[in-house]
Amino acid sequence: MSNLLTISPSPHAKGKDTVKSLMGGVLIALAPAFLVSLYFFGIGALITTLVSVISCVLFEWLITKFILKQTPHICDLSAVLTGVLLAFNLPSNISPFIVMFGALIAIGVGKMSFGGLGQNPFNPALVGRVFLLISFPVQMTGAWPKPIEARWQYLDAVTGATPMSYSELGKVNLMDMFLGGVGGSLGEVAALALILGGVYLIVKRIITWHIPVSILLTVLIITSIAYLTDPTKFASPLYHLLGGGLLLGAIFMATDYVTSPMSSTGKLIYGFGIGLLTVIIRLWGSYPEGMSFAILIMNALTPIINKYVKPTRFGVVKTK
Amino acid sequence: MEFKTFSIGGVHPADKKLTAGVAIKPLAIPATVTIPCAQHIGAPAEIIVQKGDKVKVGQLIAKANGFVSANIHSSVSGTVKMIGPVADASGYTKQAVTIQVEGDEWDESIDRTPDIKRNIDDLKAEDIVNKVHEAGIVGMGGATFPTKVKLSIPLEKKADAVIINAVECEPYLTADHRVMLEKGEELMIGTQLIMKAVRCENAYIGIEQNKLDAIKYLTELSSKYPGIKVVPLKLKYPQGSEKHLIAAITGREVPSGRLPIDVGAVVDNAGTAVAIYEAVMKNKPLFERVVTVTGDSVKNPGNFLVRIGTPIKNLVDEVGGLPEDTGKIISGGPMMGKAITTLDIPVAKGTSGVLILPQTLAHRGEVENCIRCGKCVDACPMGLEPYLLSAYASRKNFEELENNHVTDCIECGCCVFSCPSNRPILDFVRFGKQSVMKIIRSRKK
Repeated sequence: MSNLLTISPSPHAKGKDTVKSLMGGVLIALAPAFLVSLYFFGIGALITTLVSVISCVLFEWLITKFILKQTPHICDLSAVLTGVLLAFNLPSNISPFIVMFGALIAIGVGKMSFGGLGQNPFNPALVGRVFLLISFPVQMTGAWPKPIEARWQYLDAVTGATPMSYSELGKVNLMDMFLGGVGGSLGEVAALALILGGVYLIVKRIITWHIPVSILLTVLIITSIAYLTDPTKFASPLYHLLGGGLLLGAIFMATDYVTSPMSSTGKLIYGFGIGLLTVIIRLWGSYPEGMSFAILIMNALTPIINKYVKPTRFGVVKTK
Repeated sequence: MEFKTFSIGGVHPADKKLTAGVAIKPLAIPATVTIPCAQHIGAPAEIIVQKGDKVKVGQLIAKANGFVSANIHSSVSGTVKMIGPVADASGYTKQAVTIQVEGDEWDESIDRTPDIKRNIDDLKAEDIVNKVHEAGIVGMGGATFPTKVKLSIPLEKKADAVIINAVECEPYLTADHRVMLEKGEELMIGTQLIMKAVRCENAYIGIEQNKLDAIKYLTELSSKYPGIKVVPLKLKYPQGSEKHLIAAITGREVPSGRLPIDVGAVVDNAGTAVAIYEAVMKNKPLFERVVTVTGDSVKNPGNFLVRIGTPIKNLVDEVGGLPEDTGKIISGGPMMGKAITTLDIPVAKGTSGVLILPQTLAHRGEVENCIRCGKCVDACPMGLEPYLLSAYASRKNFEELENNHVTDCIECGCCVFSCPSNRPILDFVRFGKQSVMKIIRSRKK
């Protein structure tokens, strides 16, 4: 017999998940939202997404090879995913140079400076987005391309307000928010497409239900209480659920493996915190959005949650 | 049909029961056998024969050494050729008795008649336990714990559930499945013997849902044996783990550091129950067992009744030889079995299967960064945090390892199975667990 026998400790069997297959699964889950964004925002959506993905992959490759002097691992698709998520948080008429800058910050500062995949405390796409929000506030919030009308336009797209801006609060049609067709960043406009992606992720066991459900339930309950208390002052709960990147954040951003807790109970607490902070910032703060900040704050609390919230151990509680 | 299960963790490897329909075939007796004196948990048995001695099948050749130990009997008749160190599946060498086979002469006290002996009324609990001890019976599911110790319940404890472990949750293995179908009555009587030995009126036979024929057959049989009930179980690894079987059937979880008897349970493998029947009712000591020899590329995989001490090479030859693409040979199943170095290793009391994996499945993947996905935490059936234990072990932080209950780890491999980054989690956890156990033992001194 010509082969050598392999000797290694058990187990000798492997499940089918790989880093690449998990990242790939999330990209597939984002496909409906991407198609919707192409439909409504056209060239702008395409260029922004491509620039973001290519920049993220390129920067990760360059930094890994020349600064960290390690073998780049871009084939695991994590940089591609960061690129897509960053793009989905941007308006389609933003300058490509700003996008590249955001990618550099997301990958360079948000991920590689901490040691690469698995080591970062904050969601890299959100680090990039918040950096752009603060450094380029006008380009990031002032002029949102009008869906469908702006399809074949790019940097000079015709613009309108978004559902989450103060003048529009509560006035936009809920069905438009569900199917898409309102102003907003690339990935946040079509609730249905995002929900389909979320169902795919849960069915394929790429994420569990805990984080999205706890965020959405928390937001639903608090905004319902507010709305019932004073419907003239507070927008309806459905409006809050469907608008402002809440679904994109709850399903795709907050569920990032690296920056969210490891135990199921920990995930529920984390989701509750995000929901609570988002609602507080929206109802009483300066940003009609607030979700990016809520997630980043809870990212910071994830290590503490991991330290004190442990999974249920076998043999501790007497059952039946 | 209702299928019970355990509530925390678990994974679903493909069950690959290629040999489920292959009847047990006795394997030809080899030219020589090598019988190790340490085939069980506890102190190795003390060899009582010498080079040149003539022995018969079933003759005692090594005596149990202490309370947690077991007798060992010759599986062949012939002359003792050599007594010396021989490598076993663990890779370490143990003292073993090598016998040159001459004929097949059995000890006269063994009842070789084929009829089933059912009357256990005149037997007392102590008689049963003594016979189990004399026959050298150990747990045949693979753990090889001396059965007489398990059946010797301390006075202050009481057993209210005898559980027969017929789960066979390891992929590929079908020895227990065939034993259930072909030795069902013997299994039932063996169960009754266990019930009498521990003075318990209720027994449960746990069978996973991929063995519907065995569930059906034993359920029919159980109508003739009062007190014995078949419990169908969901297909989930590691359902065959003693603690998880108890949890699924009785709803009670054995607390950390305690034993099954502390929740009133006594668990024995299905093969062990049949061995108990043979020992008590037929005076037959443990010297042969059913072994599944299998693998995706194996020509004629099957289940064989093998004499202890037979070199694994004989089993491999019987199924058509080693396939061209052989990459790894495992003693046991793919989740907890041991990769062996040569085919000269002898079959021992705990060898439930020989699994031949092709090159494509034999190698570990490239290790990537931990992406903190938490799949290992979701998969761990003991509710531990494998990523954390692995990290502490790699930093030799034994204090935190102990604080995080590393000694609860049952080394089932669910964590590694579910890891997308191919991280050697269990390697580190095993190191951490053994180091912590050493520290705890030295503290007690």
